[in-house]
Amino acid sequence: MELVTDLWAEFVDVLFTVLTAIPYLIGYILLILATLLIWRGVRRLMTPKRDFGSLKTVTFGDESAVSSNLAASVVSVVLIFVLWGAFTGSALLPGFLHMPGAFTGQGSFAYTAEAPDGSRDDAEVTVLVHAVGEEAEPPEVTPGDGFAKNDSMVVAAYRSELIRVDRNDEVTREDGAVVVAVEGQAIEPGSEVTVENFRVAMTPRGTLNVEPETGWQMEPIWLPPPEAVWGRVVEIATEGFRNSTLAEHLGFSLFRVIVGFALGALVGIPLGYAMGLSDWFRGWFDPIVEFMRPVPPLALIPLVIIWAGIGEVGKIILLFLAALWIMAIAARAGVSGVAISKVHAAYSLGASKWQIMRHVIVPNSLPEIFTGARVAMGVCWGTVVAAELVAAEKGAGMMIMTASKFQNTDIVIMGIILIGIIGFGIDMLMRRAERLLVPWKGRV
Amino acid sequence: MTGLAIDKLSMRFDLPDGGAVQALKDVSLELKQGELMSVLGPSGCGKTTLLNIVAGFLAPTEGSVRMNGHVVTGPDAERGMVFQQGALFEWMSVRENVSFGPRMAGKRPRDYAQEVDHLLEVVGLQEFKEKAIYELSGGMQQRVALARCLANDPDVILMDEPLGALDALTREKMQGLVLRLWKETGKTIILITHSVEEALLLGERLLVMAPRPGRIHREYRLPFADLGVNADLREVKKHPDYAPTREEILSMIWDMEEEIMGRAEAG
Repeated sequence: MELVTDLWAEFVDVLFTVLTAIPYLIGYILLILATLLIWRGVRRLMTPKRDFGSLKTVTFGDESAVSSNLAASVVSVVLIFVLWGAFTGSALLPGFLHMPGAFTGQGSFAYTAEAPDGSRDDAEVTVLVHAVGEEAEPPEVTPGDGFAKNDSMVVAAYRSELIRVDRNDEVTREDGAVVVAVEGQAIEPGSEVTVENFRVAMTPRGTLNVEPETGWQMEPIWLPPPEAVWGRVVEIATEGFRNSTLAEHLGFSLFRVIVGFALGALVGIPLGYAMGLSDWFRGWFDPIVEFMRPVPPLALIPLVIIWAGIGEVGKIILLFLAALWIMAIAARAGVSGVAISKVHAAYSLGASKWQIMRHVIVPNSLPEIFTGARVAMGVCWGTVVAAELVAAEKGAGMMIMTASKFQNTDIVIMGIILIGIIGFGIDMLMRRAERLLVPWKGRV
Repeated sequence: MTGLAIDKLSMRFDLPDGGAVQALKDVSLELKQGELMSVLGPSGCGKTTLLNIVAGFLAPTEGSVRMNGHVVTGPDAERGMVFQQGALFEWMSVRENVSFGPRMAGKRPRDYAQEVDHLLEVVGLQEFKEKAIYELSGGMQQRVALARCLANDPDVILMDEPLGALDALTREKMQGLVLRLWKETGKTIILITHSVEEALLLGERLLVMAPRPGRIHREYRLPFADLGVNADLREVKKHPDYAPTREEILSMIWDMEEEIMGRAEAG
């Protein structure tokens, strides 16, 4: 029962988080529709195309009439970078596209102190807000008159700073003075007021906590601007990260994937053939393959680390296991999928068992094997990154994991983008090889 | 003796529920070298089973098939097969498909190249010989299948509804081609078909089979195949015997189908 209530609480929590995202989602969808309308308008101004697709009158529900619109793809990708730049104040974007940034520079607010005798006096706090990582001295201010004296302080953007405004007053907290208002707005311990450029809260003991306005931009520690990420790419490509250059990190990851996949295919394909051609082998390996296939390779990482350590051997064993079952199942499906009439035809043409294997069964299974290889390469790439996240000396996953421990968000983002590009590149290469080597796939 | 002798062939399949299906019962017939026999019958009459036994893909439960005096125990190059869907090898070009048999027999290219070219010309695919299979139309694919079978020079050609998947016009052209090839090569041919017209036009002998158990119902000897070798098939259909024979066979098969339906309803 406790589990149910726990899960319910979690669910409610998630639900509220999701609900807060809905306005942003709606905004994004409206943006998509707006660009669609603009694109339609632009199209109307151009000379109309009269190809087969554009002359169809029924396009809603016609799957063949829906192809990916290149303009939409371009706008979508450009928009991602524009949003990224706008929310990080990127130097690559013109200033008017920037979202309002965090407040920096000098600002001030007034506070009202009340002495035990009921008399009140105003004084001004001058605040100098500087960028994170810079040093600054509190500005000089005149004390002013009355029992409350003017103060000055420094605070870094996105941070907050405590200030005891009564410490230099003639009547201090110890004498019974209290701060009752900030910029004329009443304040008491535990409450908070918003003034121009600052949010001012009062702690239970009467100290003011000053937080400059953060604006809409992300702090670089959460999301660095695109040019910072690019700068990291150049820096790590030339100088390296943790004693290895970028090429070494990515090269090690790719090497593991290729060796692990190759071993998996080398064992998996013959295994699949044996399972497809002999009922004894089918029966022998079916329970093993069917059990191991749904086990995510990531779940094997702890066991592989226990058995083989965190070196190359362990990683390659893991990737071998990730590829093995996929390739075995693909090869089995390829053999089982051969039309019996093709085998019959080959026998009737005088082919021997070995010739049928070589000229009919193997080529006939190639399309399935290529499909399996594409899946296996994708799984291996994902698995190697995850394995490197857990433990590795070199590799793309190790690079982003170590960087995250030091809050080097730019390296993390760079790593994620490069991992994505390489994964995409692998798939494109496999597809090209497929078109070249099994041109009959899907055309029979 | 040369030719094909089918002797008291019976075929029973055991069913998983303990019952059995009598697919064929006491089927006997002989084919001399060079005879063309078409086989017709309602579905379930065992004609494909018969063909598979002759091809050697199935072993009969009783009886035997003898080919040129020896008992058939498995598939062999002496008995070629043409399937409804070409059963072609997509990973090979047209020429590689046609030369498959000679290549598997270990012949050298210079020994079979001329024959393969000749066959491709006979079936009218000379210009397509380097094309991939998936670039050809259905009719062209069946012509490749025919040429591939002939390139292996079998004694008997077994055809399992070879023209069934083609459109009417292509089918008629292919029927002419089958007759021409039959006369030119002198092969023994067994042709299974669902089309009464095709069975009449192509069958020098015509076998009508009956279902449950599969057996020979009636056999005809017909003049139309010989006429069709030299004449337009549409002219052959004007022969005075053509229409009456077609009607007779049609009503015969119709009756069998009715009987099956009636039995199914009663049971």
